[in-house]
Amino acid sequence: MSGASPLNARVPAGPLETKWERHKFEMKLVSPANKRKYTVIVVGTGLAGASAAATLSELGYRVINITYHDSPRRAHSIAAQGGINAAKNYPNDGDSVFRLFYDTIKGGDFRAREANVHRLAEVSVNIIDQCVAQGVPFAREYGGLLANRSFGGAQVSRTFYARGQTGQQLLLGAYQALERQIGRGAVEMHPHTEMLDLLLVDGRARGVVARDLITGHVQSFIGDAVVLATGGYANVFYLSTNARNSNATAIWRAHKRGAAFANPCFTQIHPTCIPVSGDYQSKLTLMSESLRNDGRVWVPARGGDARPPNEIPDAERDYYLERKYPSFGNLAPRDIASRAAKQVCDEGRGVGATGLGVYLDFRDAIQRSGAASIADRYGNLFEMYQRITDEDPYRVPMRIYPAVHYTMGGLWVDYNLMSTIPGLHVIGEANFSDHGANRLGASALMQGLADGYFILPYTIGDYLASSRLSRVDAAGPEVRAIEAEVEQRTQRLLAIKGRRTVDSFHRQLGRVVWEKCGMARTDAGLREALAEIPEIRAEFWANVTVPGVGETLNQALEKAGRVADFLELAELMCLDALHRTESCGGHFREESQTADGEALRDDEHFAYAAAWQYAGDGVAPVLAKEPLAFETVHLSQRSYK
Amino acid sequence: MEFTLRVWRQAGPAAAGGFVDYPAPDISPDASFLEMLDVINERLSERGDEPIAFSHDCREGICGSCAMMIDGVAHGPVSGAATCQVHMRSFRTGDTLTIEPWRSVAFPVIKDLVTDRAALDRIIQAGGFITAPTGGARDANEILVPKDAADAAMDAASCIGCGACVAACPNGSASLFTAAKLTHLGLLPQGQPERSRRTISMVAQMDREHFGHCTMFGECQEACPKQISIDVIARMNRDYVRALATARPDRTAAAAG
Repeated sequence: MSGASPLNARVPAGPLETKWERHKFEMKLVSPANKRKYTVIVVGTGLAGASAAATLSELGYRVINITYHDSPRRAHSIAAQGGINAAKNYPNDGDSVFRLFYDTIKGGDFRAREANVHRLAEVSVNIIDQCVAQGVPFAREYGGLLANRSFGGAQVSRTFYARGQTGQQLLLGAYQALERQIGRGAVEMHPHTEMLDLLLVDGRARGVVARDLITGHVQSFIGDAVVLATGGYANVFYLSTNARNSNATAIWRAHKRGAAFANPCFTQIHPTCIPVSGDYQSKLTLMSESLRNDGRVWVPARGGDARPPNEIPDAERDYYLERKYPSFGNLAPRDIASRAAKQVCDEGRGVGATGLGVYLDFRDAIQRSGAASIADRYGNLFEMYQRITDEDPYRVPMRIYPAVHYTMGGLWVDYNLMSTIPGLHVIGEANFSDHGANRLGASALMQGLADGYFILPYTIGDYLASSRLSRVDAAGPEVRAIEAEVEQRTQRLLAIKGRRTVDSFHRQLGRVVWEKCGMARTDAGLREALAEIPEIRAEFWANVTVPGVGETLNQALEKAGRVADFLELAELMCLDALHRTESCGGHFREESQTADGEALRDDEHFAYAAAWQYAGDGVAPVLAKEPLAFETVHLSQRSYK
Repeated sequence: MEFTLRVWRQAGPAAAGGFVDYPAPDISPDASFLEMLDVINERLSERGDEPIAFSHDCREGICGSCAMMIDGVAHGPVSGAATCQVHMRSFRTGDTLTIEPWRSVAFPVIKDLVTDRAALDRIIQAGGFITAPTGGARDANEILVPKDAADAAMDAASCIGCGACVAACPNGSASLFTAAKLTHLGLLPQGQPERSRRTISMVAQMDREHFGHCTMFGECQEACPKQISIDVIARMNRDYVRALATARPDRTAAAAG
């Protein structure tokens, strides 16, 4: 590792267990009378954004909250199924704050900051208390106590859940708290409003420039600090499990204004999704990982075997997970199961019309315990599968394939969740902080709410109390100039009037990123992608067609702006993946594997967060490294044989 | 498969709208309804024509964005499904499909199939919450919730706020939406302190937004993608009467503010 890092993570001194307590005491406070003098702009209304906006407003700050959705109840957090982790140790099975901390660091393949992760584990318990107080209908035992279940990457039951709709219920809890503040007039809510640029004054984030999606009107929102809670960038792949409108524009524009982007190549691929069925496909649907408890994963032993699955005898099937990972079998971790599926499909043994699928077969489980018992366990999932594919998984094996569904990378933030731009705070999936190179199940909801309810509301006060902020003139030349830039960009997109649709470019980009910066990455493949992406981008700006005008609701125009940003972000992802020649977590470099094909970390050279600084269009970004010191956890290689 | 689409096109809130027919040949039976519209929009865009505006996001039936009347039925012919969960194999090739936005005074059309459903948010603002500011909560397991109450609360809480209940109701009532939230919060111990004022405030807001009254047609529960039962409306009515009889009007008015 070279030299001193220009990144100051501002991790408090002292023992790991007391850092947050001590920091909370040492941070400056804003007095109640002064809080109402400060305006905080929160972008996004998912778990992180809604919880932050509601909490800041409860504390007495003036809050302006914008979202591109029509209502703050719709953000993609709502689609999270499984649950939320918390170190409550209600089941008395040995869980603790330290164990949750340890599991998260290890699950992230030792690429997260210890102090942040420990704080996350500490506040996890407060989240559950808070959500219950709000009326989130978590699952209960007959005695009325909260129910828990276990989840991937943990040996304890620490996951709280509300049927298969945990994300929905947690989001509605935060949304209701937010609506209460809106009703009191304490939060100024702007739905149908998309952030298109960040406003800097004297080097500090002082507002955002946004487009009203209904009228096309471009306007600025000025405040004393900005919070981005705008989610991840998995849609750079075109097909992902993310909601269709999820995009990277807010974080990307902030990046171009100076916020470092950390670990963009850390993306997570979930092994059990319903495969792509045709070119029209718009998104991928996740099937719960729990299915692998009873389903057996296989492909035909020889390529090109077109027989229906039930006519292929056992001897001609390859139960490849059981073969390669005898001790974990079908329950091999997400990244490993995903790569193994890709491998057999690359060998030409994939199933289904596209050849990109593997079977998840319940035949043996049904024979063993009966269809009724399987229906009891997975009935709703089987129904969902049948609704989408029109195939009955009780009779025909499911077809599954991996799909992108989360991005661990994001804007670099310090311990206070502030980016490299003073005043710009980044929370939830939009930042890079807590999951390292791989996120554990049920931890995304935990992080979003930890940031929004319990961390940012403290740390932002410290920033405001210790900063001298000048008055910003909303009609002044600095603000007008950025608004004009945003308007020009919109006009430019509308004026191209080329022959290819926005989606066709997005699909083309997605294919390149998926093939070359997806489940397995190579030096050669990444170099090819780095050559292809600028070509796609050049053609986009010369030949895209965006019908309609800018003064009304124009969904093609919205998409065009987002895809234009993905076309830039994708390049940074590939560059990051190319430079990180080790394998870790979701980032698998084929050149860096053990003799038996497992991911091989290189702690000597890569135990750092890679934070990229934008240096201008067409100029190579500058890499800054935040060294990761593991003072509490011992670095070890994961093995699942 | 092949269809003719009869789609409501309306340039803006103030513009006059009308149906426009589009041929929709070469559609996969495995495409979802929204993916079929994507294909049509892609074809329109290639010709430089403006695509059909429609709300959508998660495309797995949970965000509540998508909202269309398909042949006069909210969310189309599949029960317990949002528009995004309807697949083209549910129709017959050669069909003409009439596609309209939600029709309700309280949901003005923004463009084509997109309507403004902010009235539903304002009903929540009026009282659809438990006042529990961040930080003051006691340990979660100190509040015991009987499993059946928790399950029933979850049934009601599964509402996705799509507005199909309003669109399906001959009176344009938002009773199912409002009652689902009242039921969710009213079944839980945490929801008791505000139960009466919540009921009165939310019902009053529903009236202010020009939603119609409930006359128990039951169309809402048929249209509801989460199959929420109209039992919640009976419960709301009961709570409302009780609240009127017991609440002090001056305090209630203050609570609604």
